[in-house]
Amino acid sequence: MGLLYGLIAVGLALIFGLMDVTNFAHGEFLMIAMYLSFFLFAFFAIDPLLSAPLVAAALFIFGAVIYLLLVRFAMRAKANAGMVQIFTTFGLAIVMRGLAQYFFTPDYRSIPQSWLGGKTISVGGIFLPEPQLVGALVSIAAFAALYFFIHRTDFGRAIEATREDPGAVALVGIDKNRVFAFGWGLGAALVGLAGAIMAVFFYIYPDVGASFALIAYVTVALGGFGSVFGAFAGGIIVGLVEAVTALVLPPSLKSVGIYSVYLLVVFIRPRGLFGSM
Amino acid sequence: MDKDFAARRRRDLIIAAALAAIAALTPLFVKDVVVQNIMILTLMYAGLSQSWNILSGYCGQISLGHALYFGLGAYTTELLFTKFGVLPWFGMLAGGVVSALIAMGLGYPFFRLRGHYFVIATIVIAEIGLLLFHNWEWAGAAMGITIPIRGDSWLKFQFLRTKLPYFYFALALCCLAWFVTWWLENSKWGFWWRAVKDNPEAAESLGVDVFNSKMGAAAVSAFLVAVGGSFYAQFVSYIDPESVMGFQFSLLMALPAVLGGIGTLWGPVLGAAILIPLTELTRFKFGGSGRGVDLIVYGTLIVLISLALPRGLLSLFSRPKKTGVAR
Repeated sequence: MGLLYGLIAVGLALIFGLMDVTNFAHGEFLMIAMYLSFFLFAFFAIDPLLSAPLVAAALFIFGAVIYLLLVRFAMRAKANAGMVQIFTTFGLAIVMRGLAQYFFTPDYRSIPQSWLGGKTISVGGIFLPEPQLVGALVSIAAFAALYFFIHRTDFGRAIEATREDPGAVALVGIDKNRVFAFGWGLGAALVGLAGAIMAVFFYIYPDVGASFALIAYVTVALGGFGSVFGAFAGGIIVGLVEAVTALVLPPSLKSVGIYSVYLLVVFIRPRGLFGSM
Repeated sequence: MDKDFAARRRRDLIIAAALAAIAALTPLFVKDVVVQNIMILTLMYAGLSQSWNILSGYCGQISLGHALYFGLGAYTTELLFTKFGVLPWFGMLAGGVVSALIAMGLGYPFFRLRGHYFVIATIVIAEIGLLLFHNWEWAGAAMGITIPIRGDSWLKFQFLRTKLPYFYFALALCCLAWFVTWWLENSKWGFWWRAVKDNPEAAESLGVDVFNSKMGAAAVSAFLVAVGGSFYAQFVSYIDPESVMGFQFSLLMALPAVLGGIGTLWGPVLGAAILIPLTELTRFKFGGSGRGVDLIVYGTLIVLISLALPRGLLSLFSRPKKTGVAR
């Protein structure tokens, strides 16, 4: 479970953590991805596992378009840019939820049969649910890929440089908007991947994103802004804490454990575990 | 310059008094219950947003967890009333004091945090409060508290046949929050807050007590928001954790100030006066469908306004500042 939070968080780690742009619609990106895999399954009987790349590609385009149409302008605000970003993306989240209600109705949906759904696999005598396991593997792969991307490619370096100093970056011929649009696309594609896998074993409804979004925020902040590895570590910690809390507290209180650990960590280390900002 | 400033402050006070007087007379002409309801909510959100603005606007500590104080105010009042028979008026005061104390208690660790870490901490603490109340059997857990109906009375601050007393209380709350802001704006605190917001290090080195000025702002802000919370509880006469402590309240409190002009005296009032009627009207017009059209309209409005006017609606009226350079 923890690695799934990690998978949702990894896209946010890129958008929020590395580019320092607030995206309050992250949960709604997840929701859209889940609906996409649901409809691909319902109409074309494509298994969510197969359609995952399609969903990720669709979300890539969606993320880049949202950046170019909205976020680009929100970032241009000189005065209280933070609040403008918060409320622009918050407004976007509300619109997306409204659209989902309008077109998909507020009904709960689920994908009844898929290759992975409901199956378990035995690893050394411990039974693990397959969807979660696949989610965990994809999550590790996604983190590794993002880490490599940020630290080993020119584009990754361009993203970090653009956040640090957009003016200087323009001087050496990097187009800020292209870099960030690509970053947003990539972040959205990652959350698309998460949505495709989660569609297998979660109910799908217009408000589904909200509950995961806050935990994703906490995960990124716990690990520390500006650190991909931090977000990964944050994801694992969040999963462990949730599991432990579930043992001692009633299930409805499981998030309290996660939130308390976040508070504890930032009180001791105000920059998160591995944060550089 | 000093003379200008004093004149501006006097002018603000006169405008506020005139507006309050006009507002106080409107119920004589507006008898429609739906419209009265919208006016009450508008005044309430103006007051809440004004209070939020003290900590987040003037002092620059962006809190997206003020729903905690709103909920604490509502719950303190109603628990005292339903369990111990304490009159809501005392409950209101108690809720304010409890919230202010909790805000200061939280301030110790919280005010060491900066930027996103602070904002997320405020969201998270409100969410913890929400979950705790969800699971607190004695306080009604997820079922919440229904306020027993004992008939119309000022003593119990409960009215079934008329909304007017609620209207006047909301107006009083809004005026109080405005007046406190107006008064603090020109006090030692007001100057400290703006210094802390602009540059905490420089402020510290010039002898501003950064930590205590944040604490003061948090306490005043939480107290006023909690009073708003107890008012809301009496007004709707039913509370549950989601409806008074949900994350949406934190955002709804911040929104009018941001749209009107964050960190300004008139921003929250202006923002609420435009935003809340729009919200309620879209809900009234499109909400019945249950298909989310109201959400689409509302969300689009928020996006457009925050993109078009990053410094808030007030920036439309402000004249460019004199730079002091001779032309």
